[in-house]
Amino acid sequence: MTETFTPPTRFAVPGRIAVSDQAATVWQTATITEIRRETPHAATFRLAVPDWQGHLPGQHLMLRLTAGDGYAAQRHYSLASAPDDSGHIELTLDHVEGGEVSGWFHTVARPGDRLEVRGPLSGFFAWPGDRPALLIGAGSGVVPLMSMVRHHRARGLSVPLRLLVSVRSPEELIYGREYGAETTPVFTRSAPHGVPVGRMAAAHVAPLLADQPPGGWEAYVCGSNAFAEHASRLLVSAGQPVDRIRIERFG
Amino acid sequence: MNVTRGFTGRPRVDDPGLPPGQYDAGDDWPVLSAEVTPELAPADWTFRVDGLVEEPRTWNWEQAHELPASAYEGDIHCVTSWSKFGVRFGGVSLDAFLNMVRPHVAATHAVAYSHTGYTTNLPLADLTGGRAWIAWEYDGQPLAPEHGGPARLLVPHLYFWKSAKWIAGIRLLDHDEPGFWEQNGYHARGNPWEEQRYSGD
Ligand SMILES: Cc1cc2nc3c(=O)[nH]c(=O)nc-3n(C[C@H](O)[C@H](O)[C@H](O)COP(=O)(O)OP(=O)(O)OC[C@H]3O[C@@H](n4cnc5c(N)ncnc54)[C@H](O)[C@@H]3O)c2cc1C
Repeated sequence: MTETFTPPTRFAVPGRIAVSDQAATVWQTATITEIRRETPHAATFRLAVPDWQGHLPGQHLMLRLTAGDGYAAQRHYSLASAPDDSGHIELTLDHVEGGEVSGWFHTVARPGDRLEVRGPLSGFFAWPGDRPALLIGAGSGVVPLMSMVRHHRARGLSVPLRLLVSVRSPEELIYGREYGAETTPVFTRSAPHGVPVGRMAAAHVAPLLADQPPGGWEAYVCGSNAFAEHASRLLVSAGQPVDRIRIERFG
Repeated sequence: MNVTRGFTGRPRVDDPGLPPGQYDAGDDWPVLSAEVTPELAPADWTFRVDGLVEEPRTWNWEQAHELPASAYEGDIHCVTSWSKFGVRFGGVSLDAFLNMVRPHVAATHAVAYSHTGYTTNLPLADLTGGRAWIAWEYDGQPLAPEHGGPARLLVPHLYFWKSAKWIAGIRLLDHDEPGFWEQNGYHARGNPWEEQRYSGD
């Protein structure tokens, strides 16, 4: 008996993009070439990874730092850069209070430092640029979404793309200067003059779902678990089908 | 070994309970699921065991609760590198369900699937002998929806992506068939003590 099992229910997020198992298993050395401050708590780290096989926007990697006594810490980080063939990738890290890995990046790291990465990993959150995409992120959850926005621009894609980003204040908005007409920031604590302050709500999501492109949106939600729960519920109540919602939770 | 300049890591105690590459998440219980948390009431929950068995069967909430209660107290380990010590789950041993459907000798593997359609594969040997549960209580309380409530599979000796949330059923097969994460590059078995994170590890 060699039946192929298909569950009776449809999975909400079919992994439709095949990923290379090969790349996922090999550790590669990455060298920091540039550090750019984004906000008081976030910075972008540009890495030279000569044998990087390329990635799709939305994918992440596994990163490893090793101490002198052999102790190693591994964490997942989303790719911030759009796919290109420069042999470089970019990550954007929040400085997590007391964080072991993000703490090293924000207080010790400098250009020339070496670490290890493997990936890209996971196909389910990836967006190759084929379907209209509705992106919703908060905090560092905008990182994989920005890779999608950059990809959209770099390729001059005409497929519809919208980004809703929730952030406490304008100063904490990662990539603030890079957003264009596709983006609506939602400020939860303080906002620029004339812009309302408040939590992301049905009123932000409803107009986007009322104005759906043919075939509907593929929704990508990314951020803390609390935010992912909130945003995905807003989408479901606004009528977005559950099997067209992909969620990446940073924990 | 590739030492990172200036990285010492957090002061560590050599904890024999911590598999390689893991850290103690303490009171945190991170949530990692790819789908929208389903709103599944106990009255709508069912659990089925079929495939290579003598008597396929579906249990509802009440029927499952008539089976002898069984608890797990111990540790859990997530592939994203957190571990959680001394957690308490309540439910029923998977053996109780399997004994009632009587697996064929040809059955070697299983695919566990959720009410959302999520799937994960396991060798049958990892599901028997008091090593797996259908769990509906955490710390004496009903299991929260975002952690898989009303009921999830619990296979604590493997990475936690194997412990399918919102469990709907288990199908027994005579071959190994990769589930959702396993098709996305994760390891077929996922033993935390051997750091079986990705296929090829
Ligand atoms: C798929 C995925 C993609 C991600 N992408 C990104 C990204 O693009 N950008 C980003 O910034 N993050 C991202 N994350 C989160 C990232 O993986 C890390 O969780 C984050 O950087 C924190 O790691 P850390 O080592 O700095 O903190 P950790 O050391 O893991 O600490 C996290 C928290 O727990 C506390 N803590 C944990 N252990 C201890 C201990 N032993 N003693 C004291 N305190 C402790 C810390 O104080 C801190 O508050 C992603 C996560 C996932 C799963």
